[in-house]
Amino acid sequence: MEVTKIENVTRVFKTGKIETQALRGVNLTIESGEFTALVGPSGSGKTTLLQMIGCLDQPTSGKVYINGKDVSRLNRNQRADMRRGTIGFIFQFFALIPTLSAYENVEMPLLLVGKGAAERRERVTRLLESVGLSDRAHHRPDQLSGGEQQRVAIARALATTPTLILADEPTANLDTTNGQQVMETMTRLNQETGVTFVFATHDPRVIQYARRVVTLRDGFIAENSKAEMASPGEHG
Amino acid sequence: MIQLFKIAFRDLGRNRRRSFFSSLALAMGLSLLLLMAAFIHGEMNGALESTIRLQSGHMQIRAQTYDESKTSLKWEDLVENPQEVATQIAALAPVKAATPRLFASGIVAVRDETAGVRIYGIDPLSEANAPYREGLVSGDYLTAEDREGIYIGQPLAEKLGLKVGDQINLSANTANGDVDEQPFTIRGIYTTNTYGFDSSTVFLPLAKAQTLTQAENHASTIFVLLKEREQTESVANALQTGKYKVITWAKMNELVIQYEELANAYMVLLYLIVLGITATVIVNTLVMAVFERTREIGILASIGMKGRRIMAMFLAESSLLAVGGILMGLILGILMVGYFAKTGFFIGNMGITGMLIGNTVYPELTLNDTVRLTIIAFIITLLAGLYPAVLAARMEPVEALRGGK
Repeated sequence: MEVTKIENVTRVFKTGKIETQALRGVNLTIESGEFTALVGPSGSGKTTLLQMIGCLDQPTSGKVYINGKDVSRLNRNQRADMRRGTIGFIFQFFALIPTLSAYENVEMPLLLVGKGAAERRERVTRLLESVGLSDRAHHRPDQLSGGEQQRVAIARALATTPTLILADEPTANLDTTNGQQVMETMTRLNQETGVTFVFATHDPRVIQYARRVVTLRDGFIAENSKAEMASPGEHG
Repeated sequence: MIQLFKIAFRDLGRNRRRSFFSSLALAMGLSLLLLMAAFIHGEMNGALESTIRLQSGHMQIRAQTYDESKTSLKWEDLVENPQEVATQIAALAPVKAATPRLFASGIVAVRDETAGVRIYGIDPLSEANAPYREGLVSGDYLTAEDREGIYIGQPLAEKLGLKVGDQINLSANTANGDVDEQPFTIRGIYTTNTYGFDSSTVFLPLAKAQTLTQAENHASTIFVLLKEREQTESVANALQTGKYKVITWAKMNELVIQYEELANAYMVLLYLIVLGITATVIVNTLVMAVFERTREIGILASIGMKGRRIMAMFLAESSLLAVGGILMGLILGILMVGYFAKTGFFIGNMGITGMLIGNTVYPELTLNDTVRLTIIAFIITLLAGLYPAVLAARMEPVEALRGGK
């Protein structure tokens, strides 16, 4: 089943009189359960494409479908509704709210979808357990390592059981060990829950985890290949 | 909602000093306004109390034709057998004291100096005249039988260089329209700490004033003090007989009441100015918070938080700043009012025609002023939070995510 479909999407940024074409007619379909890497050099359009799929930005032309629904021209509130509960995000920087504990950060999306206290407690506890941070639940982000923070971000992205998780350079700010841990967590959750992961990266060690690699160059899809899933022991 | 306030509280805690000083700005503004409101109320209430105590009483009984502005001494404009009328009124249960008074215009002359005065012919023993007796500064108070003594205010004595025992000449209008002049000896000098009254009022015993002005057995008014001010209307209604007119303190002190209303209207303007200034501090704090937390706003938006909720989060912060500032302001304000209510606030000789303002104001904070100011402060602070809240809510998630570091 198609989770997202991109049709002839372009995105032009204007800075004064200067126009920059970040995407130049991209076509892409992501199926349910995929573990896909968007790769390419800086400025190739990876992040812009992720933002299109994530309803954070809108295309200049073309169409974006999420679960079969055209989201290209939704207003701000409709896009927020679409993101909430359908799409989870993991960012390059450790995007946690610094005043909230790990537990509260994971709980936030559940509050936004109006889940009851008991359900929230059960879900957050299980998610923190699944990313190996049960004992760090009540620590604030500044009391966690970079790797731990990114794992909390993964748990938060999964909180509302979304159909799609988008990760923008999830290991870019991590050392090798922590980066590996994060990727293994993502791979395991993809296999266990069947949630679709699309992540942007230019780190070859991370690309090895992907089952499909989409290469972008200058706003175009230059290559679109499916790889055999390697075992975790072979990575790194 | 609780979560929202929890987050807002923690966000304010990120920069405790800045949040504290923002609240303190509101607290300072509010406390000064509370003091100001208490000062105005104390001043107006004090002026009203002084006027009632010294000049108007709670009501006065006068002849139907008596014109206060002309200080008429014609018999038909006066109350006949005033002592008898006063005794009847004093017999009413709510009445504390009722006493006749005769008013006349006069001129005090000493050596080559003169001063225009208002002559009060009073019954020195009446309880209603206790404020004059208690204000004795030097010499003696009047006695009913005294035929040569006069009791004058301290500012007048100082102005004319007079002391107890000195002689003065007093000219007064008489009932038949002439002017009569007689020498008097200063028996005593008084102060009621009300410059406007003390500088222009001299006292004679009623009998002597009646002789001087040829008013015989007449008085300008029966001055009535009640046990409770609230009983004025019922007593006034009971005394309306047709022969005399009854004038209540509210009618006699319209100027004071109007002045208080005017002062209150200006106070609202002052509230808005002062709280408007403190609101800019709150706006500044929250705008800084919005820019510092741009990326967090982007994160919250990316996980599906709607603009409305982001706005509510910042409004929750401004309402917490408001609550903190208001609590501090109330404590500070009440402490300041309490201090000045005890020590008094010396304002010197304030002379406003038609109003008797004491030289010391004792601030009085009313519940009405406190509640009104608290509500205005809260609303203005919330309104101040509106701009940063809208600013945060309108951020495009992708821009916000890019904006932070």
